[in-house]
Amino acid sequence: MIEVENLRKEYGDKVAVDDLTFTVQPGTVTGFLGPNGAGKSTTLRMIAGLDEPTRGRVRVNGADYRRSAAPMAELGILLEAKAVHTGRSARNHLLALAATNGVPARRVDEVIEMVGLAEVARKRVGGFSLGMGQRLGVAGALLGDPRVVILDEPVNGLDPEGVLWIRNLLKALASQGRTVFVSSHLMSEMAQTATRLVVVGRGKLVADTTVDEFVSRATGNGVLVRTPEAPRLREALLRPGITVTSEEQGVLEVFGLTAQEIGTAAWHANLPLYELTSRTASLEEAFMQLTHDAVEYRNQPVDQMKQEVAV
Amino acid sequence: MSTTMIERTGNPVRVTQSRVVASEWIKFRSLRSTVWTLVAAVGLLIGIAALFSAVMVNQWDTMDAGQRALFDPVTASAQGSTFAQLATGVLGVLLISGEYSTGMIRASLTVVPRRLPVLWGKIAVFTAVTFTVMLVASFVAFLVTQAVLAGQNLDVAMGTTGVLRTIVGVPLYVTVAGIFAMALGTLLRNTAAGISTLVAVFFVVPPLFSLLPSSLADPIMKYLPNTAGQAVFGNGGDGSLAPWTGFGVFCVYTAVLVGFAAWRLRRVDV
Repeated sequence: MIEVENLRKEYGDKVAVDDLTFTVQPGTVTGFLGPNGAGKSTTLRMIAGLDEPTRGRVRVNGADYRRSAAPMAELGILLEAKAVHTGRSARNHLLALAATNGVPARRVDEVIEMVGLAEVARKRVGGFSLGMGQRLGVAGALLGDPRVVILDEPVNGLDPEGVLWIRNLLKALASQGRTVFVSSHLMSEMAQTATRLVVVGRGKLVADTTVDEFVSRATGNGVLVRTPEAPRLREALLRPGITVTSEEQGVLEVFGLTAQEIGTAAWHANLPLYELTSRTASLEEAFMQLTHDAVEYRNQPVDQMKQEVAV
Repeated sequence: MSTTMIERTGNPVRVTQSRVVASEWIKFRSLRSTVWTLVAAVGLLIGIAALFSAVMVNQWDTMDAGQRALFDPVTASAQGSTFAQLATGVLGVLLISGEYSTGMIRASLTVVPRRLPVLWGKIAVFTAVTFTVMLVASFVAFLVTQAVLAGQNLDVAMGTTGVLRTIVGVPLYVTVAGIFAMALGTLLRNTAAGISTLVAVFFVVPPLFSLLPSSLADPIMKYLPNTAGQAVFGNGGDGSLAPWTGFGVFCVYTAVLVGFAAWRLRRVDV
């Protein structure tokens, strides 16, 4: 279990994390979602004791991680792919980490096998691809058979096979009763793996909920209506609490009414309908909507923003 | 519970200082750069001592009495110590700054969140390895220089006053200089900055003092880290501190610097 209480981190004048409070429970995969620069990595570094909070408190399995007697059994963390000396072989890197906590060498070979690096284990890490680096990072996180596993952007640089492997691994770890906390800026990835979500934007908590709740809460689900009489239908539907938007001629998006209510209203007003579709907002849309005001880099080109939230 | 839990009851997962030392030993020997830097230190210590002796033997016949009087066969084997110290210093800086430049330090400190055992572990491994290797190198340098000096019957016996102190003093000095450098690397967290500062302290500042009038410079000079430290294998000439006093002063400088390094490692985000 990870408990974060009123966590705040300042770097000079800049507030990276602002009064963050949430709990990550064991037994499920919890996604840690937010745009780039939202304070995810800073929060994870504070959980792992690498950064000192300006205010607030973090507890891992009920205690201060920095005072843990058996850190590797409490917490395993994959930080950015680059937390490895490039001049050392993968196996020696893991042996060095394992030795600090008395994790036996056979466990090192076990995790190397588990992450699929057996063939390159004696090669220098400097020559590794991003994906191999991620696998090595995951191996390091699992070395001590920890109760809490934290992975920062684990699917970065992984091929489709690797992405699938990570998904299955996360689910397996959670089903063993571990606390699994995975950060990502990719909504679609979270939809596939996470059950719960902690969403941040600009260092602040945006949501702490389940994936399903997050989606429904975010948008009040809209209904797409196609009609040649869009302006008149709009007039017929509008009343307090109902929103009608239109991005294309002859197409309306209605929030606050069901498809059935819209169809009936159109019939009463004598207006033809060509299409009437209930839409469930995708996780992407929900996320964009909720973090709209919290996106760190507002002036970046639109196509680049899309790239970030795309698969 | 899982089988791994059962297996571990005899040997629980836990951080101890000796385990961190074992980890640092794995780190030390699994990098080519550390091994080669140490090889360079050995080569420089023996090579320069041999070269110096060979030049002396060659020039001896053309030297006047004054020049001959300046030559001390006992300290001939220590002539390479300044260069060897540069190599062990670079090694000291690299052992920690290499972790900062690659990001490895975050992994190291995550598995040892109390942090300080990592610094003590590095110092312990560095000290044990460097002192042992350089002690052997220093002994070899003595044998080589004496063999060369024998060409002019300038050689001295092992039992001569100061010989043993020189043989042991050189590895002591270059090892403590390396710890001094490691503290610099820990404070500055950067290879280039660490090595530059090391060179400034040991190679740039001392010559600057010699530009001052000697009445001003002399009382200060002998307390500079390098002059104080090198007194341990000196012959007490040019107003330097007594051998062990000088070495003690050098150790105090190093201890203070290590103290600051420990404070910074413990307190500052990585």
